[in-house]
Amino acid sequence: MFRHLLRTIATSKVVSTNGKLLSLGNYRSIVPLSTTRPHLQEDKIKVTFVMPDGRSLEADGKVGDTLLDVVVNNDLDIDGYGACEGTVTCSTCHVVLKQEDYDKLPDDACDEERDMLDLAYGLTDTSRLGCQITLTKDLDGLVVKVPAGTYDARS
Amino acid sequence: MKPCFSIALRRFCSQRTVPQVCVVGAGPAGFYAAMHLSKNLRPVKIDFIEKLPVPFGLIRYGVAPDHPEVKNCINQFTKLANQENISFYGNITLGKDISLDNLRQHYDAVLLTYGAEEDKTLGIPNEDAQNIIAARNFVGWYNGHPRDKDLKVDLSGRTGTIIGQGNVALDVARILMTPIDILKKTDITEFALQAISESKIKELYLIGRRGPLQVAFTIKELREQLKLPNCLTIWRKQDFEGVAEAVVNLQRPRKRLTELMLKSMDNECSQPGSYEKYFRPIFFRSPHKFLVHNDKVSGIELTCNKLFGDNIENQRCITTENKETIDCGLVFRSIGYKSIKADNGLSFGSSGSVVNENGRVLDNKGREFGQLYVAGWLGTGPVGVIIHTMGNAFQVAINICHDLKNCESSKDGFKGLKNSLKNVNSPVVTWQGWEKINRFEIELGKKLGKPREKLTCISKMLEVAGE
Repeated sequence: MFRHLLRTIATSKVVSTNGKLLSLGNYRSIVPLSTTRPHLQEDKIKVTFVMPDGRSLEADGKVGDTLLDVVVNNDLDIDGYGACEGTVTCSTCHVVLKQEDYDKLPDDACDEERDMLDLAYGLTDTSRLGCQITLTKDLDGLVVKVPAGTYDARS
Repeated sequence: MKPCFSIALRRFCSQRTVPQVCVVGAGPAGFYAAMHLSKNLRPVKIDFIEKLPVPFGLIRYGVAPDHPEVKNCINQFTKLANQENISFYGNITLGKDISLDNLRQHYDAVLLTYGAEEDKTLGIPNEDAQNIIAARNFVGWYNGHPRDKDLKVDLSGRTGTIIGQGNVALDVARILMTPIDILKKTDITEFALQAISESKIKELYLIGRRGPLQVAFTIKELREQLKLPNCLTIWRKQDFEGVAEAVVNLQRPRKRLTELMLKSMDNECSQPGSYEKYFRPIFFRSPHKFLVHNDKVSGIELTCNKLFGDNIENQRCITTENKETIDCGLVFRSIGYKSIKADNGLSFGSSGSVVNENGRVLDNKGREFGQLYVAGWLGTGPVGVIIHTMGNAFQVAINICHDLKNCESSKDGFKGLKNSLKNVNSPVVTWQGWEKINRFEIELGKKLGKPREKLTCISKMLEVAGE
């Protein structure tokens, strides 16, 4: 909690006149002012994508963003990730989670998400679409695997 | 050596050593391969050669108009095409305007990604009767492919039949059964919208050679079909004998798909009421011959099939003596695509795709051509959705990167190729030209309350691009 408080103070913020929080230098992070715990909205957590070749891509993601947002906002080098831009009509943002992280997610995958996962390479019991995973504070340090995209699901 | 001369020489040399890659066909396979090449081969110059004046291939002309989200990958492709090292040259046809030898002469690597544009035929009697339509052409017609703009399709009958049970078959069914108020907000062509709004088709059969456990369509497309308002899906109970028992042993994708069919069959009984339209999948039937009345199709005679083989998903079918007849005045043939042989130098395998090993094209003696590659449906056969094409394109691109790693280029790319173009009077459409067409189409669409109204006439496209 103390660490968290420090982090909140360390992030420079401006409260604009119309009551919105603005983080300096990042237009995308305009968020409505919450009356309860406004600092939460600005929280960032660490996310790691483990690539098929073993490379690890680390990035900060804002609480409330999706994993797909993290890839796009940080311009992470994952070929073809998020082709349909988060509309649950492709499976290019498929990630594999650890069981404990998978269990932490508040919502189960809906039918439409499962339909898309069924077309993904390397489908596992803890697979999800990155565009459907919303970051929460307790996902800090999340590590997900990006499965290899080889052409082996033809039959 | 004087310093300024040495700098000039170095500059000259470094320009010369940029590997020149030509991608034939600006569809998803070509774009995804180029995406990987551009990121991993630095520097590289990539030129797209495209038969049509416009890019995106099956994303533009294959993806159904009510699936605009699937087309979002166009944004990534556009970002790539705007890079300085990427060029688009539309309205150039391999085999007509330019030969494969020409391309190989001017490029360090040629990647063929021109897909599979022809439809397979059944080879049964009366297949040339009126109103037997290749699904490929029907899709091209509602999606505005210049080749299909004049398709004659008569939707005045009550019953139609689709032969084949893949996603294209389901796209055709859905477009014909979707309420017109939904369709008119899409980029479906205006002439198709008009014809479909007057359609009298109330009943569509979907015929498959094999059983429910072997269908080729994917679950998303089936779910959409089942959710269509005012349309009831009616399965034949006898087709599902033993299916419920087999479900437990299936892999998850096939399992969920099969469970959805079974669930739909159960719901059908519990959903009385009046429906406007009926969708009737039929299994274990092969078309035997078409019945004709006044040169126009009036029905199909089907042969009943039986399956054999232990591996349930790969069971084969054998015909029996039994026959069944369906009366219908409209037939869509949707049994797959095949690629054309754009250049005589290419060898095709039995699957109808260019013979290759990991994307490296082989000649008719099984030897590598060298510097000639194939990706997407032209190399894999016409199967899979975009993610499969993407995966294949990346794999082939990785191999091209490997082969070109130490490439000392002496090729002149499009600068040289330009002089080999056979028809000098036919204009080449650049990316800027496409952007003019794009803006024009969006403007046209605005007037009709649609996201876009496609130009379907090549000469009009060329006119707009050249303005």
